Amino acid sequence: MSQSVSPTEHAFPTFRIDPPSRWTAIGFRELWEYRELLYFLTWRDIKVRYKQTVLGAAWAIIQPLFMMLVFSLFFGRLAKVPSDGIPYPVFSFCALLPWQLFAHALSESSDSLVGNQNLITKVYFPRLVVPISAVLGGVVDFAIAFVILLLLMLYFGIVPGWAIVTLPGFILLAILTALSVGLWLSALNVKYRDVRYTMNFLIQFWLFITPVAYPSSIVPVQWRALYGLNPMAGVVEGFRWALLGKSQPPGAMLWVSIVVVLLLFVGGLSYFRRMEQEFADIV
Amino acid sequence: MSDIAIDCNGISKQYRIGEQETYRVLRDVIVETAKSPFRLLRGALTNSNGNGHAPAGSGAPSHIWALNDVSFQVQRGEVVGIIGPNGAGKSTLLKILSRITKPTRGHAVINGRVGSLLEVGTGFHPELSGRENIYLNGAILGMRKAEIDRKFDEIVAFAEVEKFIDTPVKRYSSGMYVRLAFAVAAHMETEVLVVDEVLAVGDADFQKKCLGKMGDVARHGRTVLFVSHNMQSVARLCQRALLLHQGTIKASGNTAEVMAQYLSCGLGLTTERVWEDLRTAPGNDVVRLESVRIKNAGGQTQGVFDSRHEVAIEIGYSVQQEVNDLAAEFVIYDDSGNLLFTSANQYDDDVFTLHRVGSYVTECWIPGNLLTEGTFMIRVSIVQIQVPVQTHVFEENILVFQVVDNMDGDSARGRIAHNYPGLIRPKLEWATTFNPDRDSAAS
Repeated sequence: MSQSVSPTEHAFPTFRIDPPSRWTAIGFRELWEYRELLYFLTWRDIKVRYKQTVLGAAWAIIQPLFMMLVFSLFFGRLAKVPSDGIPYPVFSFCALLPWQLFAHALSESSDSLVGNQNLITKVYFPRLVVPISAVLGGVVDFAIAFVILLLLMLYFGIVPGWAIVTLPGFILLAILTALSVGLWLSALNVKYRDVRYTMNFLIQFWLFITPVAYPSSIVPVQWRALYGLNPMAGVVEGFRWALLGKSQPPGAMLWVSIVVVLLLFVGGLSYFRRMEQEFADIV
Repeated sequence: MSDIAIDCNGISKQYRIGEQETYRVLRDVIVETAKSPFRLLRGALTNSNGNGHAPAGSGAPSHIWALNDVSFQVQRGEVVGIIGPNGAGKSTLLKILSRITKPTRGHAVINGRVGSLLEVGTGFHPELSGRENIYLNGAILGMRKAEIDRKFDEIVAFAEVEKFIDTPVKRYSSGMYVRLAFAVAAHMETEVLVVDEVLAVGDADFQKKCLGKMGDVARHGRTVLFVSHNMQSVARLCQRALLLHQGTIKASGNTAEVMAQYLSCGLGLTTERVWEDLRTAPGNDVVRLESVRIKNAGGQTQGVFDSRHEVAIEIGYSVQQEVNDLAAEFVIYDDSGNLLFTSANQYDDDVFTLHRVGSYVTECWIPGNLLTEGTFMIRVSIVQIQVPVQTHVFEENILVFQVVDNMDGDSARGRIAHNYPGLIRPKLEWATTFNPDRDSAAS
């Protein structure tokens, strides 16, 4: 284009359409402009999730509750897995909450682009909205289950200390972890449908390497920082520390987790932005 | 300078052939890697799809250019129609301008927000109520919640679904669904509107209403880019048109002129087929097709007919073995796939006599004032009509022609300018009596 578009002559925004480029800005401003779409897509997912179910939102409680019962029976009672001096049901339920948030967000977001392909091939909007809304859709379930946790803590007489102020940070970290992995997997899934079949396995595998049923204190001290390479280890132990107060602060492990998440997140964002330019053509 | 709403510069878009197979299974990549690490490396460097289905030896997959060096400008407030046969690249162009996909080469500058309406009801969720879907769909189309709030009543009234607004849309009739979906989209307030073929939905009344709405949009000084197969609506809405063919702009300018050019050059029509080599012609050892064509009253091959004029279908075939009771027949479809009628030459005397070896030409005249405007497809078959019934030739879509109804006033449509629905458009006799006394007696 030979003439330059002068921005002052009119109030309309000007868009330039160019061939795909290797590097693109993340486009936070545009994402912000589409925040209402983010809200509506999240709201749609939540609203539709328990339609035509008998138990409705009770499902948000049933899943972690039954997991907790099974864990308490087999790991806590029979296998006598240590729980850092915390009653085992609270110990495991407290870890299951961020875990469920993470697992749900991960499976939803990885399939989100393919699941919304009718939108992607027909309308323009920042594609990041799709996996982000898929991740946020799990927050309501989390909030419902959180009430149960508070009741459990009340029952066992556990009072959180000052560390509870760090809880939002850990929730954010759990969401960010899921989003980072979700960005990678959703973009990969557009091109390689294998991702879909890996999800079940990946989530199970990840559960076993995360200190949900056991405390990270059973990992030898010199290996703990390395253990933090699994960001969910930092998140889960952080949750216990913030809420239950009795275990050790996560320390080096947490810092390793934070760094890993940030790297995953930045990498995921740039991979996603690069790939999104051809989503509509290959999805 | 700022009066230019859309400025396209050499937009080109390349697609791989066999687009639906392009998503790969990781296994393919692994197999390729195992077979030849260098090929994968090279593939990564040249960004080829390397799916292994490419022609042997060539290495490079085949590509097609859906758009090739398309440049044009649209002034603000202009309503421009894009016409062209199927596969001309119209939808690809709209997808690029609405930023759904990126061009392979070239660039475009758009002044103003773009609203794209490539499909009605994108993102509608069947479980959600009409009210909820209005907000969801509006947000997907880029509308603000405040904007939707403001227009909510107008949208509902336009869609005529007041009573069902809190019912899940899965309980809606298809007509209601489409009306609601269009109503949301029609209330977008973007400076540039890109519309693809969506007016072809709903019943005739609603189509008329949609067209009226699009006219309003245009009158409010917004820029509209409009793709349609319906020549009548293009003619009514657009001052200017672009003719796309095989990814390039073939004509641009005044709508009437571009349309005339489109129709006269018969793009997308098949008016004549001739098989020089009988061995590869459709048919079998008994009968083979030699030629088919559509001609006018003067005997010339033609693709576009005035609805008042008669149309002849001519079928030439070669009988290779002596055979009894042979009939040539054709079936005519409209572009929605409706079968209009069948006709066969079985009443012709010599059909019931022995067909001797040799060439035959048969023709059938479709009278004027029967076909409505639109595109028509012909299927030709040649059958042995007595036991054992045998079909020797059966060819779908062998001819494609178009009928237009201009507005001179003596076609079946008369001077009625609006949509004039119907599968056929016969000109029928009317008798009207007038009794001036009756009204005055009643009052």
